[in-house]
Amino acid sequence: MSDHDSHRIAEIHEDLHSHLPPEPALRVKALESLLVEKGMLDPATVDAWIELFTEEIGPKRGAAVVARAWTDPDYKARLLADGTAAITELGFEGWAGGHLKVVENTPDTHNLIVCTLCSCYPHSVLGIPPNWYKTAAYRARAVRDPRGVMAEFGEAVPEDVAITVWDSTAELRYMVLPQRPAGTEGWDEAALAALVTRNAMIGTARDLTPGPGGPD
Amino acid sequence: MNPRDSLAIDPRTEARAGAGTFAEPWHAQVLAIANGLTVAGLFSRDDWAAALGAALRKAEAAGEPDTDATYYAAALTALEGLVAARDPATGGALSPRIEAWRQAYLHTPHGKPVVLGAGRGGASDDGAG
Repeated sequence: MSDHDSHRIAEIHEDLHSHLPPEPALRVKALESLLVEKGMLDPATVDAWIELFTEEIGPKRGAAVVARAWTDPDYKARLLADGTAAITELGFEGWAGGHLKVVENTPDTHNLIVCTLCSCYPHSVLGIPPNWYKTAAYRARAVRDPRGVMAEFGEAVPEDVAITVWDSTAELRYMVLPQRPAGTEGWDEAALAALVTRNAMIGTARDLTPGPGGPD
Repeated sequence: MNPRDSLAIDPRTEARAGAGTFAEPWHAQVLAIANGLTVAGLFSRDDWAAALGAALRKAEAAGEPDTDATYYAAALTALEGLVAARDPATGGALSPRIEAWRQAYLHTPHGKPVVLGAGRGGASDDGAG
């Protein structure tokens, strides 16, 4: 049998079998199956986490928190005093514990969050971080040049607005409370929540704008 | 500008408010397992952040591209390293178990459920029991 023939037979053979996952996927399967067998990992915890975070409910939760804070001054006060406790009022829990601190934008201050070490992020309210949040470039530059980073997102932050950069850790994560846009007086929470973007809650966007048509 | 200094923001991605999902199922599984092991107490959140941070710095120093793929590869390496440090028996069983899964996939006809042990008579020979 020629080399060509044996190669072709091997190809046909491969086609008859289940598609072999990429190497990292095999490594994950190996790790998970061993940990579950040894009773070190509860597969229900893994499944629940994946279900929660692949359905993209994260940013919607954060938006609901922001909308509540905009419409309920008492809730806003509780949110700024203890973010972890305040989000549980809406039924949201933190990622494996961890504390959440909510920082408020004002006309003369802007907040930007980053994790300079790795990718700590308020998953419980914002879901999965965008790719750029995890890059070495963002992690380094958000601290060194926050205005330059904001400019790349199309946000020109005026010089008289002070920018505070918050470096997240595993134990303490941050979320930005953006300013409520003008022209949204009388809007209900659902309409307000629809205005709130993920980037506004990370701080890479500053000004939220109501659509020309108002709430729907 | 140094490519590493560019945020490479993709406007198409940015246009979607909910963007920030997983490109591959195993990306989600890595983070889910890390969360599950912190819940179970095998390591702390700080341990995980430190290991992930170290793996990211190592990838950066090695000149790996500043991409999502590099991030999740680093996360998987960090997770394997933490597990091996906390439970050397599991760490030692990883390589044979990876090969066992590979053989299971190669010996399972397409469309059939892939079961560990397929292709080796169902015997467990990876020492993991």
